[in-house]
Amino acid sequence: MKAYLSVLLTLLISPAFAQQDINVLIKSAKQKMALVNDYEALGRMKTNVAFLKVPVATVKVYFKKPNRLKVKSEKGVSFIPKGAVSINMGSVLTDEQFTVIDAGTDKVNGVAVRVAKLLPADDNSDVVLSTLYIEEATALIRKAKTTTRENGSFELEMTYSKYASYGLPDKIVFSFNTKDYKLPKGVTFDFDDGSTPAPVDKAKGKKGRAEITFSSYVINKGVDDAVFK
Amino acid sequence: MWSLLQIELYKIAKRPRTYIAFVAIAAIAFIFQFAFKADGASYLNLMLQTVSESFDLDLKKSMNGYFMCYIILNTLLIQVPILVALVAGDAISGEANMGTLRLILTKPVSRTQIILVKFLASIIFTVLLLVWMAVTSLFFSLLIFGADDMLIFRNKGQESMILQITQDDIMWRYMAAFAYAAVALTVIAALAMLLSVYAENSIGPIIATVCIVIVCTVISNMNVPIIDKHVKPWLFTSYLVGWKGFFYIATTEDGLPIKGSIENWAAIRNSLYILLGHIAVLLGITIFVFRKKDILT
Amino acid sequence: MSVLLEVKNLSKNFDGFQAVNDLSFTVNEGDVYGFLGQNGAGKSTTIRMLLTLIKPTSGKIIFFGKNLAENRGEVLRMTGAVVERPDLYKYLSAYDNLYIFAKMSGVKTTRKLIMDQLELVGLAERARSKVKTFSQGMKQRLGIAVALIHDPKLIILDEPTNGLDPQGIADMRNLILHLSRELGKTVIVSSHLLSEIEQIANRMIIINKGKKIVEGVVSELLDPAKTVVELETLDNAAAFDLLKTSSWSGGLELSGKYIRLHMDKADIPALARQLSASGVGILSLQPRHSLEDYFLSLTNAENHVEPVTN
Repeated sequence: MKAYLSVLLTLLISPAFAQQDINVLIKSAKQKMALVNDYEALGRMKTNVAFLKVPVATVKVYFKKPNRLKVKSEKGVSFIPKGAVSINMGSVLTDEQFTVIDAGTDKVNGVAVRVAKLLPADDNSDVVLSTLYIEEATALIRKAKTTTRENGSFELEMTYSKYASYGLPDKIVFSFNTKDYKLPKGVTFDFDDGSTPAPVDKAKGKKGRAEITFSSYVINKGVDDAVFK
Repeated sequence: MWSLLQIELYKIAKRPRTYIAFVAIAAIAFIFQFAFKADGASYLNLMLQTVSESFDLDLKKSMNGYFMCYIILNTLLIQVPILVALVAGDAISGEANMGTLRLILTKPVSRTQIILVKFLASIIFTVLLLVWMAVTSLFFSLLIFGADDMLIFRNKGQESMILQITQDDIMWRYMAAFAYAAVALTVIAALAMLLSVYAENSIGPIIATVCIVIVCTVISNMNVPIIDKHVKPWLFTSYLVGWKGFFYIATTEDGLPIKGSIENWAAIRNSLYILLGHIAVLLGITIFVFRKKDILT
Repeated sequence: MSVLLEVKNLSKNFDGFQAVNDLSFTVNEGDVYGFLGQNGAGKSTTIRMLLTLIKPTSGKIIFFGKNLAENRGEVLRMTGAVVERPDLYKYLSAYDNLYIFAKMSGVKTTRKLIMDQLELVGLAERARSKVKTFSQGMKQRLGIAVALIHDPKLIILDEPTNGLDPQGIADMRNLILHLSRELGKTVIVSSHLLSEIEQIANRMIIINKGKKIVEGVVSELLDPAKTVVELETLDNAAAFDLLKTSSWSGGLELSGKYIRLHMDKADIPALARQLSASGVGILSLQPRHSLEDYFLSLTNAENHVEPVTN
């Protein structure tokens, strides 16, 4: 009975014992990112917004320390979500001044993660709150939620493979809020083909998603400042 | 028949009023191009509304020749019926007014042939107008603004949306749209021609055609359920903008445009049938009336 | 001499107005046929029916032995016409106008053919000028050239001298005579002036209010020795039957209470004798006036004075 109890206790407590301090975890995540001074990544962006019927775009993502990031469409016209700048985690983490709160554990796509809430120390910061979901073993950020003053809230989910050692994802799914889109009346003279459109899902209508799948990164080879203009 | 058509085209070509239409089209296209070259961004921002708060868009790339042409056609295809009426409305009444009608009708050519030849000549004129429109609105715009993907701002019922068509998927849509417009404008030509048979000067049928087009367009754009259901489907003006159907690209469930597709081909096809029906009926009445008419001018 | 045009019982009714009423006449090949009547008598309506511009209400038109209604194209290929004003495409040159109408008539056009035609009407030098720069007389001549370009057998000219100055009228007269005598064309020419018809036509018809007044050879109809005699008898029908078999049957007509005869004045006593001998009770017998006076009375209907009998 005693042995049984002790086993139970060990089972319950041991993960807590194995856990590192959340601050340490964030630090190692930061260190991993610090390996990257700049990069240029080629990817394909799929935008999923109710009112936008746009094709998959080939995009180039440029990054330069400390927090400069630019998404450019390689070819043709693209709608680039404005908050996309935050796909660079650095924008959250480079800011030294924040308070970390350990928010326990969770799972992202079946991967066990630690949850950390980051509160910027600067009251005027655009970011109000960031929640990071960090895989403990690899110190990779699997998911991030950011709430901003000006640009609403975003959510990022990242999948890693080839560039995991640099903390760079192969795929990110970026979710954001969009406003309703209504064309001004009487400017389009549309052809009414008699078809009735499917009723718009109001909730869906206000959420947008952009998926970028990266095919290659060029890391620490220098990026011209001109691209960020 | 061919030599009669040649004669008819020669007569049209020799009249100064024929060229008014070409000058007007070039002028409208040029004014648009000038205005949008100077300040296309504010138009785009108007169309984008709140979208620009959530998205970055390269306005310069968006404001390309294909997009420009779409804007010009949007306006121009509302005015062009007047230009078509200018020639088709004059077809019979102009000859009556000049006194040449009684002369051509004493020639061994049947009245049906005369109507058909004049109608054919009006169609050729219309097609030439559209070719000219393609040159001024499309090719000149491409020269001035360059080519890129095209954005279509569309209201579908209560829903607004932005469609993007990739650069390599646009040209055939324009060709199809111009071909559709040729059919739509031929209805106007047939209407003007019918009115032309009744008149002894060309002003009457030209103005009457324009008035009918305006009244029907107003009705076509009214949002009254009973009219929507019972009147609009039979009004040719409801189908004048059908050319846009070629730019309504079909999308996957995810909202990805499918290259080379049209969302509602059936609607375009039905529009074409209705327009062709109008042409057949109007032309039929024209021939019937003209064959029976006593020429007193 | 064969019949080229035969019009039988032709009528045209415009919304209750009888423009042409049961009109019959015949034009022979080689005739210069005068179509005489005051304005509004139905000349133009008749001519337009001959050219298929107006559909007859009833009656038959037979050209070259063929019904016009069924053989329109064939008939019109052999016919040239100037209807009222010689309206042409003003914004085109004389040459272009001729070219267009030659084509429409189904003629294989050559430059020479067109220039010859312009030469005929004296416009060769203005071949390239636009018609809007032409005088009325030049337009009229070009109109004739258009009517002639396809070498028709029959030429129909509706009031060809309207609006022309005296020189123009003289030219037109000469041209018509040239067409008839030199080129052997049959010409139907309408006019409201008897003097004009008298100078060019060999046969003529006079119509009034859509009805035929008289038809015949001009020289006979206008012979000053001839007169119209109005006869009133106790039994007009019997007298009419009797006269039909007499030598005065030409131009005999029964209208109202009178029998009209066109006859030599000198024959009046003989007529009276014959009627008496046949037992016809004569109530009155008087020569009214000559055809010319009669026509003038029609054309002057507005300020009509009872013509003096002769």
